[in-house]
Amino acid sequence: MGDYPSRSENAVTGDPGVAPRHTRAAGTGVSPSSYDEPPIGGGGALPRKKSFSMESGFRGLSVAAGAMVLVIIVAIAVFLISKAIPALGANTENFLTYTRWFPNESNPAFGIAALAFGTVLTSIIALIVAVPISLGIALFLSHYAPKSLATPLGFTIDLLAAVPSVVFGLWGRDVFQQPVNDFSVWLNKYFSWIPIFGGEGPFGQSIMLGGLVLAIMVLPIVTSLSREVFQQTPGMNEEAALALGATRWEMIRIAVIPYGRPGVIAAVMLGLGRALGETIALALTLGLVFNISFNIIEIGGNSVAANIATTFGEANETGRGALIASGLVLFAITLVVNMAARAIIYRRREFRDSAA
Amino acid sequence: MAKRIEASNVSSYYGSFKAIDSISMTVEPKTITALIGPSGCGKSTFLRSINRMHEVLPNARIEGSLTIDDQNIYDPDVDVTAVRRLIGMVFQRPNPFPTMSIYENVVAGLKLNGVKKKSLLDDAAEQSLKAANLWNEVKDRLSRPGAGLSGGQQQRLCIARTIAVEPQVVLMDEPCSALDPISTLAIEDLMFKLKDRFTIIIVTHNMQQAARVSDKTGFFSIDKTGDPGRLIEYDDTQKIFSNPTEKKTEDYITGRFG
Ligand SMILES: Nc1ncnc2c1ncn2[C@@H]1O[C@H](COP(=O)(O)OP(=O)(O)OP(=O)(O)O)[C@@H](O)[C@H]1O
Ligand SMILES: [Mg+2]
Repeated sequence: MGDYPSRSENAVTGDPGVAPRHTRAAGTGVSPSSYDEPPIGGGGALPRKKSFSMESGFRGLSVAAGAMVLVIIVAIAVFLISKAIPALGANTENFLTYTRWFPNESNPAFGIAALAFGTVLTSIIALIVAVPISLGIALFLSHYAPKSLATPLGFTIDLLAAVPSVVFGLWGRDVFQQPVNDFSVWLNKYFSWIPIFGGEGPFGQSIMLGGLVLAIMVLPIVTSLSREVFQQTPGMNEEAALALGATRWEMIRIAVIPYGRPGVIAAVMLGLGRALGETIALALTLGLVFNISFNIIEIGGNSVAANIATTFGEANETGRGALIASGLVLFAITLVVNMAARAIIYRRREFRDSAA
Repeated sequence: MAKRIEASNVSSYYGSFKAIDSISMTVEPKTITALIGPSGCGKSTFLRSINRMHEVLPNARIEGSLTIDDQNIYDPDVDVTAVRRLIGMVFQRPNPFPTMSIYENVVAGLKLNGVKKKSLLDDAAEQSLKAANLWNEVKDRLSRPGAGLSGGQQQRLCIARTIAVEPQVVLMDEPCSALDPISTLAIEDLMFKLKDRFTIIIVTHNMQQAARVSDKTGFFSIDKTGDPGRLIEYDDTQKIFSNPTEKKTEDYITGRFG
């Protein structure tokens, strides 16, 4: 079947594709640094490898950079752990289960429980609120909005990501607190039979306020990354879905979302990373109370990072060691979350790899 | 299960650019029709106009009328997803859903139609894969990724996916252009087999293929770039390849075309 060469695409790409390969002298492919050597056809010896070239120089540079990262990480870890251990040794309570924080007393007593609880709970609330909204906006921008609307809207959302967190914190404390307070009163009135909305008040600087402010901070990251991922869905897969008789939403469900899933998980994890590590916005919006309560509307809540920011100033030697230990716990939480995300992404990797 | 397609004075536009001009042709049920012609003459555009995939692109529109068994495909009251289910399409490049297994790919269209029962889906998957001459090669690895098959197998998987929803008409846009000669023959055999059940319209750049598989052949051409494509001649394949009426057709077929 001599038909293939006659296909127009082949005819066009075939000729220029072959020509450069022939015009380049045969011996020059040996090493990129030896273009000035005589070509192999000249009858001389094979070109020699240069003893020093850009190649080996660059390799040394990148190996050094990689090694430096490891050294720095190990150095930081050693430093933090060496500071934390004496404080933990002086602790008169169980560090993991005790909820209160008195590291500066003569009998230091401090525990991470309430702080870790607050960190995780505010982050979970932030994700529950932010992720559906972000994915909705991302799909709207990538597959529904006309270009004239998607571009400025996407830009605005990216701008939101650039707002410093202290601004969010102040806004949350001074502006957003009142509506959240009113909403809390309303929730408490009608839904107090659900424990998280129970209690007698006062409401205000609560886990909910902190969580919602975090949600707004996480939203732009998750939105713009998901949008990017959704836009990368191969057009031919979208067309395949449509040609099977899918509506636009069905097309998104069977082609766009599954394709973007690993990317969306990565985006959510980045958002979670920001939420877990957020310091100043939570220090300004939480009640900074050291207890564990699932009530999210009463004044209360605290977080590891916010606690470090608010108590570092008056901490003594043991107090600083205690805060460093709490920081290590935060690091461990983030690490576990990241590994879980990687495991999820890895599980269906086979499907991604073969798709490339 | 097969229906007649009738196009009259179909012109399709991309924005203000007219890609095809007044195409009229009738495609009888249970036949294979080949569309041939130089690159850019609007074969794909015409094909995509038939199942309303043309209008997926922004600013794309068509004029004229297209009917399937006397029902207007472009009737404003017609559900476009129903049209696309009735008129399936196989694309030039194999495009199985990368996140789905072989099995999930084949039943994707049925699931869209609300078929949930496992036994029905299993049956349909087996039938379609058998009809697409792929069953023997994949029956032991139905849960493996569809994108992990070879190009020819992927294309047959796409054909299986298309015929699983039992369309009336199957459109194929250069289905073999990314395939080796053996896979090409496999797909041509498959077309003969499917002809009993479906009306098939195939775009091809491969003259021998058009001559081998089709009952009727339509030759599209353009006068110069920027002009809309026209249907120059549409007749029995036998006649087109042995004794075409138009000089242009003869030039193209004998390879005397630019
Ligand atoms: N998405 C598009 N937007 C604008 N113009 C387009 C688009 N797709 C195709 N065209 C134009 O429409 C004309 C017909 O294109 P079409 O793809 O239908 O040609 P074809 O006959 O299928 O060519 P080929 O044999 O290369 O596939 C061409 O001039 C092409 O540039
Ligand atoms: Mg085409």
